[in-house]
Amino acid sequence: MSVPIRLQPDETFILNVGPQHPATHGVLRVKMEMDGEYIVSAETVIGYIHRMHEKMGEIKTYPQFYMNLSRMDYLGALGYSHGHVLLIEKAAGIEVPERAEYIRAITVELNRIASHLFWFGAFVMDLGGFSPLMYALQDREYILDMLERITGSRLTYSYYRFGGLYNDIDDQFIESVKKFIPRMRKSLKKYHKLVTGNIIFRKRLEGNAILSKETCRKYGASSAVARGSGINYDVRRNEPYSVYPEFNFDIPVYHECDSMARYKVRMDEIEQSLRIIEQGIAKLPDGPIMPKKAPKIIKPPKGDYYQAVETARGNFGIRLVSDGTKNPYRLKLRSPTYSNMHLFDETCTGLLIMDALAFMGSLDLVIPEIDR
Amino acid sequence: MELTLLNVVIAVTIAIGFAALNAAYLVWAERRGAGRIQNRPGPNINGPLGLLQPPLDGIKLMAKQLIIPGGADKALFIAAPVLAMAPAIVSFVTLPFSDTIIAHNLNIGVLAIFAFASLGGISLLFAGWSSRNKYAVMSSVRAVSQAIAYEIPMLVTVITVVLITGTMNLMEIVEAQKGGIWNWYFFPFTSGLYNPLMTMSFLIFFICALAETNRAPFDLGEAESELVAGFHTEYGSMGFGLFFMGEYANIVIGSCLTTLLFLGGWDAPLPVLSFIPGVVWFLIKIYLIIATIIWIRWTFPRTTIYGLLNLSWKILIPLSLFNLLLTAGLLKVV
Repeated sequence: MSVPIRLQPDETFILNVGPQHPATHGVLRVKMEMDGEYIVSAETVIGYIHRMHEKMGEIKTYPQFYMNLSRMDYLGALGYSHGHVLLIEKAAGIEVPERAEYIRAITVELNRIASHLFWFGAFVMDLGGFSPLMYALQDREYILDMLERITGSRLTYSYYRFGGLYNDIDDQFIESVKKFIPRMRKSLKKYHKLVTGNIIFRKRLEGNAILSKETCRKYGASSAVARGSGINYDVRRNEPYSVYPEFNFDIPVYHECDSMARYKVRMDEIEQSLRIIEQGIAKLPDGPIMPKKAPKIIKPPKGDYYQAVETARGNFGIRLVSDGTKNPYRLKLRSPTYSNMHLFDETCTGLLIMDALAFMGSLDLVIPEIDR
Repeated sequence: MELTLLNVVIAVTIAIGFAALNAAYLVWAERRGAGRIQNRPGPNINGPLGLLQPPLDGIKLMAKQLIIPGGADKALFIAAPVLAMAPAIVSFVTLPFSDTIIAHNLNIGVLAIFAFASLGGISLLFAGWSSRNKYAVMSSVRAVSQAIAYEIPMLVTVITVVLITGTMNLMEIVEAQKGGIWNWYFFPFTSGLYNPLMTMSFLIFFICALAETNRAPFDLGEAESELVAGFHTEYGSMGFGLFFMGEYANIVIGSCLTTLLFLGGWDAPLPVLSFIPGVVWFLIKIYLIIATIIWIRWTFPRTTIYGLLNLSWKILIPLSLFNLLLTAGLLKVV
């Protein structure tokens, strides 16, 4: 005979969402105490895909560890590589040619768009709409094809080098980027027509999971999560690095604090990234892509270094403590999703499970990046 | 038609064949349609246009082992998928396809079909409860509240139609709408009543049919991003296959009923066109509705459970009750 589901004395039950669950998009586990469809409390359990990146950083030399960075976040890999090369260049005092920095900015922004497109598709799929994912993947495919031509890979790029780049871009790449920009603008209009204006979509997201400014600050949230709650913070603007000061772009900020605001921020960021790419292509200087005297063996002088970059998922920081040898003494990776995810436990209390999972989608979690 | 045993057997066989064929090939149509909508080919490898895909899928499902999870209620677990498919097939027996093609002409055809349709909700409840899976239980609770919420406005709209025609016989309901598109109940000036709310009633019925068949945007029962696969999480093999076919058979019944009650059944839209056999018109109408249902599924995101219940209790039920009153009043006056 069957045994009924055992309820706790107070009529709540524990629901394990994950580690294999379609909504978590990876091996994240959320232990939810449920009262029917309402969440009484939730606890995110991480560590299912922990790969000891920080320890690897200590036992490997700098160029050896560089490959690991693009394995952290499989959707926006270039942003993480960018942070690492900037840090090592700062520490070891390597001069980077201007052309290389421009190409880095262009490719990072392309990668950011690709990441946001995938998030857009997956987010709408979390809400039950399947078709936008296919449209978004088509546009993303275009970006991946472009990047594959110059970087040699489609997902885990190791395109940058300490001091420059692995490969210069050619006219064909520039042509395809120029073709891509109007195409993406047209697609954005289509997405807004298909998804943003949809009554079901708006009803589900407007007022869903209000995140106050204080909560965002408390957990150190960044990216669209913070900017959707009215915090005007973007590393590209607040702690400028690379050639970003040369570009004219806006930081989209919304004050509604709900999932819709986070959605709008990311959609607007695609447009801003397109503007940066446009300006980057127009201003692209000629010249070498590697410095004349790049050191063969990288040994930063003794010291403590930090570099933050704005990746597709937010404020990514690397701290390096060097003891002057070939290996770092300590390499700390501050991943943005880690901070963004921990908002979830506090905010989803009292929400329906479907609203909570919509909220989780709006956080744009990439699990390997949380666990590192 | 004489009600001999042979006749009944032949008719029922045809009805079952039609139901099964539709259920199988609507899956194909849906996947091809989804492909068209999403700029991808869809199944196109097996056979011309991928037409061999449904039988191959069927063979694959039948060849799989039926796994009953430990702690599940065996009897209910096995009964649930059968309960999902069987009433759908039986309903086909009472559905007329034209003035001559009907397996068994029941005087209470509408009532019979709704009685069978209610069994669908029970099968979801059985499936969810007997699987002993938390997601499945949550899904079946949703399915039951959804079924209750949407059967009421649906039945009230049907009562409106029954009031106008004065019969529950589906053949006679269609006969009452004969004579071209302006006579169909989906139009406001039906039967000399000039009831302006009939179009709204048609829409209410269509929305309820979507919700009753658990189709997007009301597919909360199997919300795959929240409840994994909802009530059929634990089902594999043909158990899952039966749920799947049952869903499509229910879609066909829903669109057949919509056509019979509101779109004039097998009546040609213009009397000039009535040289084309009625069954052709009937099939055109039901497949147009099915295409719309598929189109909706691949366009809209899912509603929330409270959005769904609010829509029914706060909008659809009051509106359909109002139309019932209005129709009753008009019948008295006209």
